[in-house]
Amino acid sequence: MKRITALVFFSTGIALYCLVPFLWFVLTSLKSNAELEAIPPVLIPSFHLAFYRSALQQYGLLHYVVNSAIVAASATMVTIAIGSLAAYAIARFNLKWTNFYLFLLLAISMFPQIAIAGPVWSILDRLELLNTYQGLVAAYIALSLPLAIWILTTFFRAVPGEIEEAALLDGCSRIQALYKIVLPLAAPGIFTAALLVFIYAWNEFFFALIIMTDPDVQTLPVGIALFPGEYTMPWGEIAAASTIATIPLILLTLVFQRGIVRGLSAGAVKG
Amino acid sequence: MKSSPRAALFFLLPSLIFVGLFSIFPIFESFRLSFYRLILTLPWLGQRIVGLENYSDLLSDPVARDSIGTTLIFIAVTIPLELLFGLGIALVLNHGFRGRGLLRAVVLIPWAVPTVVSSQMWRFIFNDRYGLVNFLLFGADTARYIAPLADPYLAMISIMAAEIWKTTPFAALIILAGLQGISDDLYEAASIDGATSWQKFRHITLPLLKPALLLAVLFRTIDALRVFDLVYVMTQGGPADTTNVLQFYGYKKTFAEGMVGYGSAIAVTVFFMSLLLSLAYLHAFKTSRLQDRTP
Repeated sequence: MKRITALVFFSTGIALYCLVPFLWFVLTSLKSNAELEAIPPVLIPSFHLAFYRSALQQYGLLHYVVNSAIVAASATMVTIAIGSLAAYAIARFNLKWTNFYLFLLLAISMFPQIAIAGPVWSILDRLELLNTYQGLVAAYIALSLPLAIWILTTFFRAVPGEIEEAALLDGCSRIQALYKIVLPLAAPGIFTAALLVFIYAWNEFFFALIIMTDPDVQTLPVGIALFPGEYTMPWGEIAAASTIATIPLILLTLVFQRGIVRGLSAGAVKG
Repeated sequence: MKSSPRAALFFLLPSLIFVGLFSIFPIFESFRLSFYRLILTLPWLGQRIVGLENYSDLLSDPVARDSIGTTLIFIAVTIPLELLFGLGIALVLNHGFRGRGLLRAVVLIPWAVPTVVSSQMWRFIFNDRYGLVNFLLFGADTARYIAPLADPYLAMISIMAAEIWKTTPFAALIILAGLQGISDDLYEAASIDGATSWQKFRHITLPLLKPALLLAVLFRTIDALRVFDLVYVMTQGGPADTTNVLQFYGYKKTFAEGMVGYGSAIAVTVFFMSLLLSLAYLHAFKTSRLQDRTP
């Protein structure tokens, strides 16, 4: 009995710790201006949508959402396509240098962003890709490939090789084997990798900040970080924009939590 | 299966192009540029090779030295607390009880919140007029309200709190995976021998959890070394440079002030700090795994 009480106590504590800060921000977005400024603060708002209307109409929130969706979706698709090819070679050819490549990728994923930021900016500048979707997407592909290849390799290795061998003997090419046999069998892994790449690209701020200086192409994190307001911050609108940026991610995470937990610990725990 | 190296190269090539162009080449380029004097706002000076001058400037620049200190303090405070909270959460989640799946989903929420959103959220919570922290401390007595983000010490503590909140779930997940790898038989055997809960935790859980803990420390340290979003949104490195972590300082020098050479020297410094820390942890990780195998 004592054990159950302790478990309930700690579980409640953990849930409050994780939920309250963000919930407070969501409640703030649903307040009216008077409720926002009230001291003591109003706990239960009157569910005004005024801040959402203003964020959409005056601050062009929708526009940032569209930019983020375009960038994150394109980066995810290309990364998974390129990453599957690489992961297939690493999982199946099993050569010394393909395994070395896998460790090189792990090392690259540990680079601090600032260590590569200047040159990445110059390259995109020379290619005239600054302030374009393609430029940011290209950077995101490179930055999320290590994670994607690690997860995909783990899942591809779990697909038994016999089916493919039979197909290869029957004259099926490597590409066909990947496309027709391994990809369908490793679908959960592909989905997990895609989800994590999408979340990464949706949340990324540092490179978006330096590559996208033109408000027309900026993504949601940049829009939320640079919310205009020198002396009085439009907290209601910031909270509304933040809620809109976060709710899709929370839904994805809650629905696919098993896959995410497995993906996050895929490379990690096996070491 | 016969595998030709040329086929492997064909499969790897697309990924190599992206990673080479946007990760491997830039690292070498940052190295090269750190030996040059290159200031974008003074283009007529051109690109002049100056040897180690940028690095000697770095050593004599008090802001840079403080920035290294700030970054190390940030790591030294946040990582142990994240691990402690993460361990606590993992221990609770490792029990089989109704609603465990729901709790695990709730724990993932801080992880799913974009860093910029969590930065604005904590900036609001620490706000000097409407902040929840002020209300919890002083109630409706607005005369006593404080502005934590304008205070040299409280600003750093606020950023640390925001970082710990956001990253504890990740630590908890890695530790939970480690906990689930420990066989129940060990605990049962210990129970039969009359071991207390604390003894079981101290002599079974902790030693077997060491690889998972080290891994969590490794990933979290590497990540803490590149903290940027929180500082950019909450304090812009202020007040008086007290939250000026390295990644922010490098960004400011390179992109705001156009001092590419000096900024590259900061970038290379961060790179080596990250490399040294990972090598140290990987070494500790390997030795701890070897010890497990040779009882």
